Amino acid sequence: MNSATLFGLCSAALVGLGLFGLIVRPEPLRKILAFNLLGSGVFLFFGVVARRGAAAGLGADPVPQALVITGIVVSFSATALAVALVLRLRKLTDEVTSGLGAASKAQEDGDHS
Amino acid sequence: MTIPFAFDIGTAMLLIAVGGWMMVAQGTMVAVIIFVVYGLLMAIAWVRLSAVDVALTEAAIGSGITGMLLLSAAARLRQTEVTSTLPSFPIRLLSGVLCAAITSGLAVVVLLPADVAPTLAPMAMANLPETGLGNPVAGVLFAFRALDTLLEKVVLLLALLGVWSLAPDRLWGGVPALDSYAPPNDILVFFAQVLPPFGIVFAIYMTWTGASNPGGAFQGGTVLAVMWLLVMMAGVVRAPPISCLRLRWLLVAGPVLFLMVGLAGFALAAGFLAYPAGYAKPLIVVVEIGLALSIGATLGLLAAGPPERNHQP
Repeated sequence: MNSATLFGLCSAALVGLGLFGLIVRPEPLRKILAFNLLGSGVFLFFGVVARRGAAAGLGADPVPQALVITGIVVSFSATALAVALVLRLRKLTDEVTSGLGAASKAQEDGDHS
Repeated sequence: MTIPFAFDIGTAMLLIAVGGWMMVAQGTMVAVIIFVVYGLLMAIAWVRLSAVDVALTEAAIGSGITGMLLLSAAARLRQTEVTSTLPSFPIRLLSGVLCAAITSGLAVVVLLPADVAPTLAPMAMANLPETGLGNPVAGVLFAFRALDTLLEKVVLLLALLGVWSLAPDRLWGGVPALDSYAPPNDILVFFAQVLPPFGIVFAIYMTWTGASNPGGAFQGGTVLAVMWLLVMMAGVVRAPPISCLRLRWLLVAGPVLFLMVGLAGFALAAGFLAYPAGYAKPLIVVVEIGLALSIGATLGLLAAGPPERNHQP
């Protein structure tokens, strides 16, 4: 057992934990957190592949590393979009449940944040 | 067992424990704070896997700016947090078993590796001198797989468009309500005035050194974004309206520059996104500077969210 295998097993556990949270937790923000945990487990798996591909004097294969960097940035933009959707959804639900009429809704929209 | 390996065991176990805690913790706010801790632990794991570039990205984006985004979302949702019920026990058990099966499957893949680990490292190193870069990861990002990096910038802009389009119609072109998260207090204002000069120098260094050492446009851009968010949250600088034309040019400047350099490759080099011999490194550094500025603006606005107030000039 070396470090790469160890982190490989760790990444397998993180993917399982993240997937479990994604299925079981009902709150939208918790689902986003679980999605990020799942994603980072997958990235770590890539890191293990990179570490095993160490050659030519490098500590790790640069191609999976570049993929992971791209992946982290894309995962952030997906998270930001998901959070914006959740906040907007919550605002609309609050307006409906607090009994605001459809007419005043357009006025209120966005004024209270 | 050597000391570094014992350290790795500790890091891996902490990662699993903190990840599991994040899933079961009571309260969204607590879970988000655990997420930030988790991201920093993950950065340590990346350093141990000899991937310092990724460690910097994970610490800056994965933990830092994602954590900030989720913290503010959790704070906004806190008043209205409803106690939602977990699914019934049999369903939880079934999902637990299926997720454990996926974990075991991945663990088998890890434990039974291919006889010869696939690697592109020798090829990357053999062609790196042609680019003049010293950092192989930057070589992959800006020369060998430049198309991925270009398209990723487009994804960032599309995500920002998606976030903006969630604004109500009459607020289009308005201002993100970032400064209303925390009422500015003296400590926040003090740090917002002291930290940015250091942060900006750090971001410039990070972008500049990325050509030959770990670092680069992503990490430098993220530091810029965080500094910008800090001064906007403290109310030192007002958040710009999203209709501001200069802001929009700043957002697209990096990708447009990259695309133009890529198109120039048709005339001056072997094809799209190819660099003329001998000019690869200066071109890449110029593209990285443009990208760092655009990434900083895009990430900052993504974290700031859709416009929530009308612009009062």
